[in-house]
Amino acid sequence: MRKFSIGRYVLPLYSLLALVFLLIPIVYTIIFSFNDSTRSNTVWEGFTLTHWVNVCSRQDVCEALNNSIFIGLVSTLFATILGTALAIALVRYSFKARSLVSLSLFLPMATPEVVMGAGLAGLFFNIGFAPGMVTTIIAHIMFCLSFVVVTVKARVQTLDPTLEEAGADLYANPRHVFTKITLPLLMPGIVSAALLSFALSFDDFIITYFNSGSVSTFPKYIYVAASRGVPAEANVIASAVFILAIVVVLATQIRGALKRAKLAK
Amino acid sequence: MAENTKVAGADLELIDVRKDFPGFTALDDMDLHIPAGQFFALLGPSGCGKTTTLRIVAGLETPTQGQVLIGGKDITNSKPHERPVNTVFQSYALFPHMTVLENIEFGLRQRKISDYQKLAKDALSLVELSHLGERRPQQLSGGQQQRVALARALVNRPSLLLLDEPLGALDLKLRRQMQIELKAIQLEVGLTFLHVTHDQEEAMDMADIVAVMNKGRIEQMGAPEVLYDRPKTAFVSKFLGQSNLFIGEVVEKNPTSVSIEVGGNKITVAKKRAEKHTGKIAIGVRPEKVDFHESKPRLSADHIVVGPGEIIDIRFTGVSNQYLIDIPNVGQVTVFAQNIGKSPETELGAKVWVSWKIEHSYGLADLPDGTEEA
Repeated sequence: MRKFSIGRYVLPLYSLLALVFLLIPIVYTIIFSFNDSTRSNTVWEGFTLTHWVNVCSRQDVCEALNNSIFIGLVSTLFATILGTALAIALVRYSFKARSLVSLSLFLPMATPEVVMGAGLAGLFFNIGFAPGMVTTIIAHIMFCLSFVVVTVKARVQTLDPTLEEAGADLYANPRHVFTKITLPLLMPGIVSAALLSFALSFDDFIITYFNSGSVSTFPKYIYVAASRGVPAEANVIASAVFILAIVVVLATQIRGALKRAKLAK
Repeated sequence: MAENTKVAGADLELIDVRKDFPGFTALDDMDLHIPAGQFFALLGPSGCGKTTTLRIVAGLETPTQGQVLIGGKDITNSKPHERPVNTVFQSYALFPHMTVLENIEFGLRQRKISDYQKLAKDALSLVELSHLGERRPQQLSGGQQQRVALARALVNRPSLLLLDEPLGALDLKLRRQMQIELKAIQLEVGLTFLHVTHDQEEAMDMADIVAVMNKGRIEQMGAPEVLYDRPKTAFVSKFLGQSNLFIGEVVEKNPTSVSIEVGGNKITVAKKRAEKHTGKIAIGVRPEKVDFHESKPRLSADHIVVGPGEIIDIRFTGVSNQYLIDIPNVGQVTVFAQNIGKSPETELGAKVWVSWKIEHSYGLADLPDGTEEA
């Protein structure tokens, strides 16, 4: 006779429940993006594709989205470049303030966002910098930088310095060693750092709220709209972002699997 | 390979090279000259400075003082990418993001050599891996990666090829096979090879000249046979093969030989084979040159007889038997006896005398570590 095992039944059930619990809000958001609602999007009124087809019929939603994408891209670009350079410097070179720099990079991650947002707003006010697009981007670069450094640093640490020496030994000047060997080998780390950075920037509400003045971003728009009822177009955008992320992840997985299959041949 | 691929290597000269690291000196005023076209081995235990020497030649370390010359040209201050030198790294250091062929093409493309594709393919066929050009290095076995690393360096026809223990990661059988191939390739291309290793068999097997390094200095340099036959220091005699060493005061001197007294036995060495002729000296003999006898042998005057002693260990190693004999007041003597089935079985505990020809003795310049100077 087989012995009854708790792990055999309880664990899968528990996992399933946890998964359902996590998915319900997302599924809800996606379903209500198809709701034929006019003003308030809280009661199911029938299926429609109108909101998906004309996302930008609500101009304010799309403007907020465009702002969020623009801020995300610019902050990611700067944070990734600066962060990669910092990560390489922190691992490869010893300089006086190395541990101080390392420590201060952790501060934005450790400080409560509200404190950071308020602090930054105060700072911008004091130096006479009107809040808007520029201040938002500066704030985003600052907190994304920490995450980029942490992510890229892990990659630099696993990079065998002998490979760079081999490059120099094979007649590559320092610039070519960097572009042909160091950078390609760090690329997976840099790409994940950039994706993370964009996701953080796109998603950020608190720091943006304090520092963006009249500029609207997507999270800020939803926050304001929530009191009046979020329009279905917002659901459409949220669903689209979610689906896009899933597609990207799946594509990477499939590509990796195909590559492995090809190599195994 | 085509006939015109034979290129002359250049000679390498290190003049008074010193390298200090914080806390220790890796290289101590080293002078070295390697003639063009030679297979030269730097042999020594880890930490003896052999890899530092190699890295200084490659330009990956800057010497604290001294000069490095290749083909008579001072390259002490050149950057690694400006030197006519290529390295086969211990870890191979193949670029994981490139295919095998791209790896081999790398150096050629950096120097903007137009027919890099053909040259790379030729190099790959030299190491017999033509069918694996499109693979990634990670997909190859250790031996294959080693050959790719060799091809990647050789394809550039450097004046000097540096090999940093390139066979260290391979298993014994593959290592022997690669040693033969490496030597064959060196003869074929005619380059100067500087090979760093801690494997004495590998060094003796492959190199024309071996330099034994210890504590940042070259202890002795010469052809493998000479180093083995006449080691000059206790370190060399122990590092290169095994040695039986006898230490005693010089008690007798004549125009051709020197004798010491150890535990009532007289041990003699030819004067021309001894570094030191007075005071307390060490005389050595290789275990395979020593014979043992179950009764005190009557031998001509050109033999040394020491004993009696007791056999305390016998080891069967295949081609030979290894006997360890303890002689009171003298110490332990190792004897290798070829396993040719001629000698009668000698049992553990047997009382024996050992003997060897005086011409096989060598006198050292120093005493082994742990012996007090008289």
